[in-house]
Amino acid sequence: MIYIIYISFSFMIVGLLLAAIRFIKGPTAGDRTVALDTLTTILVAGLVLLGYVFGRYIYLDVALVYGVLGFIGVIVIARYLEGAL
Amino acid sequence: MKELTFNEKLERFILNWLFLMIVWVAFTTSFAVAELVTGAIVSMIISLLSIRMFTCCKLSILAPKRIFYMIVYFFVFIIALIKANFDVARRVLTPSLPINPGIVKFKTKLKTDYSKMVLANSITLTPGTLSVDIIDDTFYIHWIDVKTTDPEKAYKDIAWQFEKILLKIF
Amino acid sequence: MSMVFEIIGGALLLIGSIFLFLGGLGIFRMPDVYNRLQAGTKATTLGGMSLILGVGFLMVETNWAWLVKAAIIVIFIAFSNPISSHALARAMYKRKRYPIITSKDENMDAYREAYENEKKEEDA
Repeated sequence: MIYIIYISFSFMIVGLLLAAIRFIKGPTAGDRTVALDTLTTILVAGLVLLGYVFGRYIYLDVALVYGVLGFIGVIVIARYLEGAL
Repeated sequence: MKELTFNEKLERFILNWLFLMIVWVAFTTSFAVAELVTGAIVSMIISLLSIRMFTCCKLSILAPKRIFYMIVYFFVFIIALIKANFDVARRVLTPSLPINPGIVKFKTKLKTDYSKMVLANSITLTPGTLSVDIIDDTFYIHWIDVKTTDPEKAYKDIAWQFEKILLKIF
Repeated sequence: MSMVFEIIGGALLLIGSIFLFLGGLGIFRMPDVYNRLQAGTKATTLGGMSLILGVGFLMVETNWAWLVKAAIIVIFIAFSNPISSHALARAMYKRKRYPIITSKDENMDAYREAYENEKKEEDA
């Protein structure tokens, strides 16, 4: 079981790194926001997995709140880029 | 926005109350009496305040036939999502990036706003398509591998599998 | 019974993490905003859903509340991800980042016309 968790974490970290490179490199603001959206989803999944590793139920609530905040943030940035805010 | 009759308001209120109550029980995950009473009061107040904004449907949405089609829709959607993911995996892992992007449009037969929202979200999660905008009843879809620019054929290709079920639900 | 849940949960964990990795790779490799949105949204949605459900299945023996809360997060992800990608796609088109088009066909960008009509109405 522990090896499955190691493998999952390493795949997720490589994905996070690739998205973070896009977040730093991305030529326009839109590219950065897309990368931010992806980073948020991967981090929510990562928080849930951390909750399993530590055996703490509270991590699920943290993940849910982080997901809601990230979603609202992306929507606000999108509306701002559209010029409607 | 048109004025609602008392019956419509009552139906929306009951539906919203039921929905919020289910969400409350799922969040607290306990069946203690004090929790249930608090949840009932809080969800009643919220659904009273938001009759105009967040509620959509009549109570007849809970008819058994519609619930059956909702379950069918769920399975169709999950299968489309898994197919979409293998499609993305194939494109991303091929060294030459086989894409041929473009934007196509088609007209939908759906009437209500909520059904259009469900259709647009489903289209975003199905193989190779991403909904860009909806103007009245025309959908504009970014397609990663355009096979046809004809609206009718695009409609058959992209939306028909979902819309034939959605027309029965809403 | 616990063995069954462990096998299901472990398989879902592996599948989910592989698709999350593919989402990151798609974001990294695709050439423009719309294609990045396509790869990022689809892969991370299924990946996140499957990984979170996997954790729910692994812990369901200890406490059934894990599976319920995991189901809530999964439903939230399934609703919020397409909405934010739709908002971003529309915002990017309104900022004149037109999608790259590789084929020679003239009709490939059907939205351009509607967008320009709308803009004229706003100006008038």
